[in-house]
Amino acid sequence: MLSMKSVSKSYQHRGKTITALYDVTLAIPKGDFVAIVGPSGSGKSTFLLMFGGMLSPASGSVQVDGQSLYDMNSEQRAVVRREKIGFVFQTFNLVPYLTALENVQIPLFLADLSEEEQKIRAAALLERVGLGDRIDHKPSELSIGQQQRVALARMLANDPPIILADEPTGNLDPENAESIQEFLKEANDEGRTVVMVTHDMRAAQVARRTLRLVDGKILNGTHN
Amino acid sequence: MKLKTFVWREIFERKNQLVTSFVAILLGISVIVAVKNITFYSEKAVARELDALGANILILPKSASLQDYYGADMQEEEFPEEYVTSLAMSDIQGLDNISPKLSVPVELGGKQFTLTGILPTNEFQAKAAWQGAGIFSRPENCGTVEVPGILAAPTKETLVRERVISTLEEDEALVGADVGATLGVKEGDSLTLLGKDFSIIAVLPATGTVDDSRVFAHLHTVQPLAGKGSVLNAIEILGCCNEISKGLVQKINSLLPDAKVVTITQIVDTQVKTNQMMAKLSLLFLAIIVLVGGASIANYMYSNVFERRKEIGTLMALGAGSRVVLKMFLLKALALGIAGGIAGYVLGTVIAVIFGPRIAGVIVLPMASLALWALGVAVAISLLASYFPARQAARLDPATALQEM
Repeated sequence: MLSMKSVSKSYQHRGKTITALYDVTLAIPKGDFVAIVGPSGSGKSTFLLMFGGMLSPASGSVQVDGQSLYDMNSEQRAVVRREKIGFVFQTFNLVPYLTALENVQIPLFLADLSEEEQKIRAAALLERVGLGDRIDHKPSELSIGQQQRVALARMLANDPPIILADEPTGNLDPENAESIQEFLKEANDEGRTVVMVTHDMRAAQVARRTLRLVDGKILNGTHN
Repeated sequence: MKLKTFVWREIFERKNQLVTSFVAILLGISVIVAVKNITFYSEKAVARELDALGANILILPKSASLQDYYGADMQEEEFPEEYVTSLAMSDIQGLDNISPKLSVPVELGGKQFTLTGILPTNEFQAKAAWQGAGIFSRPENCGTVEVPGILAAPTKETLVRERVISTLEEDEALVGADVGATLGVKEGDSLTLLGKDFSIIAVLPATGTVDDSRVFAHLHTVQPLAGKGSVLNAIEILGCCNEISKGLVQKINSLLPDAKVVTITQIVDTQVKTNQMMAKLSLLFLAIIVLVGGASIANYMYSNVFERRKEIGTLMALGAGSRVVLKMFLLKALALGIAGGIAGYVLGTVIAVIFGPRIAGVIVLPMASLALWALGVAVAISLLASYFPARQAARLDPATALQEM
């Protein structure tokens, strides 16, 4: 389960204090699929980075499976990310000089799997996202949609129980966007907890519930 | 996939950016290797020439005048043989061969020659205390060098070259080329000197010096024949060039204040100055490579870290700890150092072998030991210069690195 308790975070920008999150308390049970929607600058990214153990709150606590993330040191948080969290980014964040197969291998390499195991598992994941014939292609040799599918395969590499998706369909055409939404739904159906940040209300429809974030506050929740 | 896959792929993907750092380290290492390689063979060549000259330090009586270096012992003044013991028992380094001499004039076949008493080395070696002083052990990196074949050469060759003979019985003599020719004697003949019969064990080859007019016999035979006690006219020493430059002559002077110590200073000074200049040049280039090469690598690494912020942030988001990121950059620095070291050694050696004969007038051969040196220096510089950029990468805030999230 993911939870936030009285979490606040603010930034200084050009002398002004910007509140990214203000006294947010929230619980996302295991197996849930939550879409966080809101306008730009509403604190969506801050929200996701905090659940990912990459941005500490000014106050309050963030917990993953009962463990307080920010009571851990950075190496321990890296272990939590490696073992429990799968990230997917709006701009895919593929390593440009590695092939599709090698990009998917990254979490497996970080988890100390043997090269043989890494290759077998990465190839199977690429096959699952329909890129079995593109494993040796570098990101620059793949279409935008294919790149996002490589990123999805990488996200699932370590079989994470939690998926954090940042605008996963933001850079995609409607057809590819739909395919990604389906993939996330499939991952959720497998029992994974999915938290997706998006400003696209159609994409949010695929989630079980939608939370609206405005000026750092969770306004209301709707069940889809 | 392994960590090295990351490093290799990244290097080849962005190899153009790495070229400047690689060239900086390559040029620095190659110049130092070339200078060191040429210096080594230059020193060896000069030292060999000095060896060929024979003894390079003479100890004479205080009042002696030095008209002819090779005939410096042909004088009336004497000093006690104990000076040899003092030298041998001292802790002075660099006394390679010590040859005490007593010379007296003799007339043979109506002509004037010189009978020179010498002490064979086996008599030094028989004395444990002297051995302990290490007179015959040559210190490492001594300017004098082993010349292939010399050690196995006949005794007479050794005497001419090093003015030392290993064994000599009390009734044996070696005669100079002029003496041999004038008297018509050869090896195996006998010769009567000052009323004593000697067996000629060798006729020495011509040297063009006064040695050609000498008859060499055992010192302790010549001393009583000449009616003298345990005295000498001269002690010849084959001194190590490096030690001479470190003040060997002054040390002998301090040990034997009543004697005059002279050396072939001009030759030694030239060699010492050349060596010192080369050593300074090596240090200068080392300083340049540390500063320029190190700065270039550090600059490149900082840029590389900045450029790869997003990639580092992504890796951290995927579970990479700071140690993995640190290792990734240090492994790259290691690869750069190894490549720069090996290439620098190869280029430096090629430069030395091609230009050595033109610059220093000596034949230069590749030196495997310099490969290790080059590799060590290049890797050390590369790792040191990359450490702080690598640490910066490892401490990168993933949230900042993933700003676009």
